[in-house]
Amino acid sequence: MSLSWLDWLLMLVYFGFVLGVGVALRKRTTTSAAFFQAGRAIPAWVCGLAFISANLGAQEIIGMAASGAKYGISTSHFYWVGAIPAMVFLGVFMMPFYYGSRARSVPEYLRLRYDEKTRGFNAISFALMTVFSSGISMYAMAKLLQILHIFDAPFSALGLGPQYIFHVCVVSSAIVVLVYVLLGGLSSAIYNEVLQFFLIVAGFVPLVYLGLRDAGGWSGIGASVPSALTHAWRGFGSASTSPMGVDALGVAMGLGFVLSFGYWCTDFLVVQRAMAADSMTAARRTPLIAAFPKMLFPFLVVMPGLIALSVHGGVIPVKLHEGTGAMVLDALGKPQLDYDLTVPTLLLRYFPTGMLGLGLTALLASFMSGMAGNVTAFNTVWTYDIYQAYLRPQASDGHYLWIGRMATVFGIAASVLTAYVAAQFNNIMDVLQLVFAFVNAPLLATFLLGMFWKRATGHGAFSGLVAGTAAAALHHGLTIPAGAVAGVKGGWLAMLSTYPSEMAQNFWTAIDAFTVCLIVTAAVSVVTKPRPDAELAGLVYSLTGRPRDVELAWYQRPAILGVIVLAATGLLNLVFF
Amino acid sequence: MGLDVRLPVGVMFAIMGALLVGYGLLGDQAIYARSLGINVNLTWGGVLLATGLIFLALAARGRSENH
Repeated sequence: MSLSWLDWLLMLVYFGFVLGVGVALRKRTTTSAAFFQAGRAIPAWVCGLAFISANLGAQEIIGMAASGAKYGISTSHFYWVGAIPAMVFLGVFMMPFYYGSRARSVPEYLRLRYDEKTRGFNAISFALMTVFSSGISMYAMAKLLQILHIFDAPFSALGLGPQYIFHVCVVSSAIVVLVYVLLGGLSSAIYNEVLQFFLIVAGFVPLVYLGLRDAGGWSGIGASVPSALTHAWRGFGSASTSPMGVDALGVAMGLGFVLSFGYWCTDFLVVQRAMAADSMTAARRTPLIAAFPKMLFPFLVVMPGLIALSVHGGVIPVKLHEGTGAMVLDALGKPQLDYDLTVPTLLLRYFPTGMLGLGLTALLASFMSGMAGNVTAFNTVWTYDIYQAYLRPQASDGHYLWIGRMATVFGIAASVLTAYVAAQFNNIMDVLQLVFAFVNAPLLATFLLGMFWKRATGHGAFSGLVAGTAAAALHHGLTIPAGAVAGVKGGWLAMLSTYPSEMAQNFWTAIDAFTVCLIVTAAVSVVTKPRPDAELAGLVYSLTGRPRDVELAWYQRPAILGVIVLAATGLLNLVFF
Repeated sequence: MGLDVRLPVGVMFAIMGALLVGYGLLGDQAIYARSLGINVNLTWGGVLLATGLIFLALAARGRSENH
């Protein structure tokens, strides 16, 4: 299958529009507040769609379908357990502090609530993490487009080998994101995320429709794959029978609480979208509006994995060794499947010329939205929390705007570099979960104590974070998933215990880090001097007036929206139980 | 804030939809064997075109309310 002029034209139309949005916003982006915070003037529904889109990077689309093929519909736990409750909590309970404190970033909230060193620790680790994830995502995307061989014809016509496809993909997507973020800053990223959101839906709905039709519907899938794959909770009674190697308690605590709250409630990449909203209620509604489509996303991103497993005896290609082209075999001598190719394989299988262009554009859109999310979060944290905090505190607004633009260039260049370095893991989701486990899992304890316990102190928070991150590293270094070799997968200190799967290890690493951070923060706080109540007003729950929602219409009230989305999610779990 | 995002979304979807519908009507019909015999360019292109026009109508209504 090769691309026709129509496929190229559709991609060009998309590029034209994302760049056009940047150009249209260029004149309005003259202050640092406009560049980094979108002037705090974006309506709730736009922020909500950007919120979910920034998270919906290519690694999510590719990784979720890969997990769907490996673990079945229980992959939806990443949405129904691992996202929705945390998003509701963020909107109902935490946004009032983020938005109301007028902090410009999540690390800045930590400085207001705790102290400078806690902010510094978070700012630096977060900045590194965004560059890292954006680089991984870029690597995955470019690798994928190279393996698909759809670009081979135009490249060989130019006399370039297939390895140039990788280079051109990395560099050209980096340049497009660079240009539109450079021109319009956060507003440009947010508006484009809305555009990208609709494109992703437009590309994936027909794919799932055709796939399901081919598979004979949900019942057809049920008849052709093992029954554990079509039931979200089957076997979760114990770790040995669960498809993920984790029991229901591990899922609820590790994924449902520590990892998901740690990500959705404290990660500036998503919280930044809500902080750009035009009012307090809009900021609180942002994650709740995002939760509605998020709840349905498993049907778009997990379902392709099951479809690919089910139609025509399974269509996921066998993994080939990169150098030799030979089949990769597992421990039992059976060929391993290349799960990351699930989505592109289906695109090529079902989409004719025209729709194929739309489908590829949707993949590109998801990739760019994730990357722009990382880049805008990075440039804000770098400028406000590192440069302004430690390097040049008293410069003019124009200077910080310029530094922000430079940080955008630097952040993207560093991601490109990471893309070339990153090549170790086969399932991208597992890597990201691991990074989040080290950096984010202890962070949740810091925020929960900070927002809901006025006695928590800066010294407590900082020592808790250091201890929690160390605990995560220690736990990872002492345990190993079954069948893995000691090294980057764990067990690099000693092998004290073995987990049934990598995911189980990640969940328990996160639970461990959270618990250690919670205990150390609380213990150190009790013996150090608390800040006076007056300084903590607006930052801690017990010292802040409740937001008044009574005058809003019922469908605008965060608590009511939260209850509706939680009930609907509960229903989905029952339907696919 | 200024920019109404419904405008670019509407125009982009209308253009993409129109391109797909045109190709679905005029192009080779044999290519639809892979999409289970459904002329997916025509049907889905039509949906995108309609969605684009709805977004444009909403944007136009929003503009007239503001002025």
